[in-house]
Amino acid sequence: MTTRQPSDPLAPIAEWSEPNRRRARTALDAYPERRSAVMPLLFLAMMEHGHVTDEAMQEVADLTGLTAAQVLSVASFYTMYKREDPGRYLISVCTSISCHLLGADEVLAAIVDETGTADGETAEDGLISVEHVECNGGCGGAPVVLVNYEMIEGVTPEKGRALCRWLRDGRPEVVFAGEMQQLFGGRRSFDWGIVDEEGAIVPVPAFEPYGSSGEGS
Amino acid sequence: MTAPPLILTERMTAHPSDSHTIERYEATGGYAALRKGLEDMTPEQVAAEVKASNIRGRGGANFPAGVKWGFLPPTKPRYLVVNGDESEPGTFKDRQLMERDPHQLVEGVILAAYALEVNHAFIYIRGEYPKSARRVQAAVDEAYRRGYVGKDILGTGFDLEITVHLGAGAYICGEETALLNSLEGRRGEPRIKPPFPAVEGLYAKPTIVNNVETLSNLPWIVLNGGVEYARIGPETSAGTRLFSLSGHIERPGNYEIVMGMSWRELIYDIGGGIPAGRALKTWIPGGASAPWLVPEHLDTPVTIDDVAQQGTMLGSGAVIVMDETTNVLAAALRIVRFFAHESCGQCTPCREGTTWLERVLDRILAGEGRPSDLDLLLDVSDGISPGLRWPPVMTTICPLGPSAVSPVVSIMQHFRDEVEAMITKGVPVA
Repeated sequence: MTTRQPSDPLAPIAEWSEPNRRRARTALDAYPERRSAVMPLLFLAMMEHGHVTDEAMQEVADLTGLTAAQVLSVASFYTMYKREDPGRYLISVCTSISCHLLGADEVLAAIVDETGTADGETAEDGLISVEHVECNGGCGGAPVVLVNYEMIEGVTPEKGRALCRWLRDGRPEVVFAGEMQQLFGGRRSFDWGIVDEEGAIVPVPAFEPYGSSGEGS
Repeated sequence: MTAPPLILTERMTAHPSDSHTIERYEATGGYAALRKGLEDMTPEQVAAEVKASNIRGRGGANFPAGVKWGFLPPTKPRYLVVNGDESEPGTFKDRQLMERDPHQLVEGVILAAYALEVNHAFIYIRGEYPKSARRVQAAVDEAYRRGYVGKDILGTGFDLEITVHLGAGAYICGEETALLNSLEGRRGEPRIKPPFPAVEGLYAKPTIVNNVETLSNLPWIVLNGGVEYARIGPETSAGTRLFSLSGHIERPGNYEIVMGMSWRELIYDIGGGIPAGRALKTWIPGGASAPWLVPEHLDTPVTIDDVAQQGTMLGSGAVIVMDETTNVLAAALRIVRFFAHESCGQCTPCREGTTWLERVLDRILAGEGRPSDLDLLLDVSDGISPGLRWPPVMTTICPLGPSAVSPVVSIMQHFRDEVEAMITKGVPVA
């Protein structure tokens, strides 16, 4: 099982962790054409390398039969593929129209101030990155903040500051939307029902078939 | 007023804690439409019910779904792609449908695939919706385990694979041909049409792209009949529809309503009006792309065609409300900035024009506007969207560029005095 055949389609990522190799195989098997796996593989490469490195793009190219340049053209198009290491916690503040109308700029300013990290930057200790993002579909619960893409709705500047302190002091292994909503959120777009059982470990969407996910509390 | 029938949100309203589970779904009639469709009906009959329902696509373009299906040539393979890339600012309805009732969507996908004789369907969900993706994937996995997806479904010989695909942060992928490029592992750049996806779509094969909400209606339509669905609401705006209310409104949220009520009823009766007793200034009727409406339109009906007559669109059903304190210039800039950021860059009028609009609005807002900026804004807008008409005259491959023009034209049309005051006095006071 550990012996690699020359025809092993996963040969280019022999160094990857076993779970990520398994996820990569799932992605390659999910489409009629291999090149369609580029997007999930780029997320996996981020998990493996921290960001989309040159090496990662070559690996994805080798897996999908594309050139590294073609993979770069994809990686550079989508904002969620980071070309530098994001912090352990990526805080994304929505500042599009509905969030803007309800004070998102003040939330962003409070988070920037509390973390000492400018919009679009990563703190020196690598713990937190802050970015403003375009609409994230939480308009009914504006303003919206995401931590590693897990959503909190109805955030105020004060709650935004408290969230930053909570991340910095507690350094949670997994961030759960339900827990953060309870601690730092307010009005929601709709009744969430029961809280989610999975959360995010890294700044990659927590979607198990080809992303990180933590088992729930 | 009798309570409107709930089609899409009945289960999640009655069972808020577990509406997403297969146990709850089956206990409340779930997958009965699948049995009826696959065991008692031919694919043509299922398609005929969708055509008879008169349902118009809920993604934003409002194109009749049955007519779209009719464009498929007889060749195979063909694909079904579900558009769950909901990204139009103000819109959060598909998120609720995917998180709260994912089996309803999955059953709709299976029925559509059966009707269209498709053996591989893809559900494209935006990357910022990992919870939606988890819920939909869990529903798909469960459906595989029950034999509703996979080989020889319910012993009928019909095979279907479903792949859940995650986007990575690009609004433009909600445009159906950009979505197909993205699904093929390419940059999410819209394709020149024709050929339309029905003829040449995913992997250049015939492909139908339908929105999450559109397909979530299919179980009801198959179970109750298309004619029954068509009876709900105005003739050309049939069925119930999810509206996302946001902004300065007392009770924001998604509301499943029958179209045809007035804007006054939607904003004041359903949405609870404007907070803190403030006055309504303006609202966007169908997502950030749509031209704005003002209080004189409050008593016009909320239907696809009536809204089109006002020179705007119902779009994705996202209603963004702004009260009297709103700086409309700042609001317009925020929307223009969105489109400038999300422009894929293929077409010059959009790539350059959106950036110019952003810069001019930005300097006016910063108190550095010039009197000539009023003409400049309209001139640049006209370069993107000739004649400033709605629906726009297209100079670009997709409607993203003209969408950026909507807020600019809207403030120039309804609030020109405020823009002028911003330029001459540096404050938004008429």
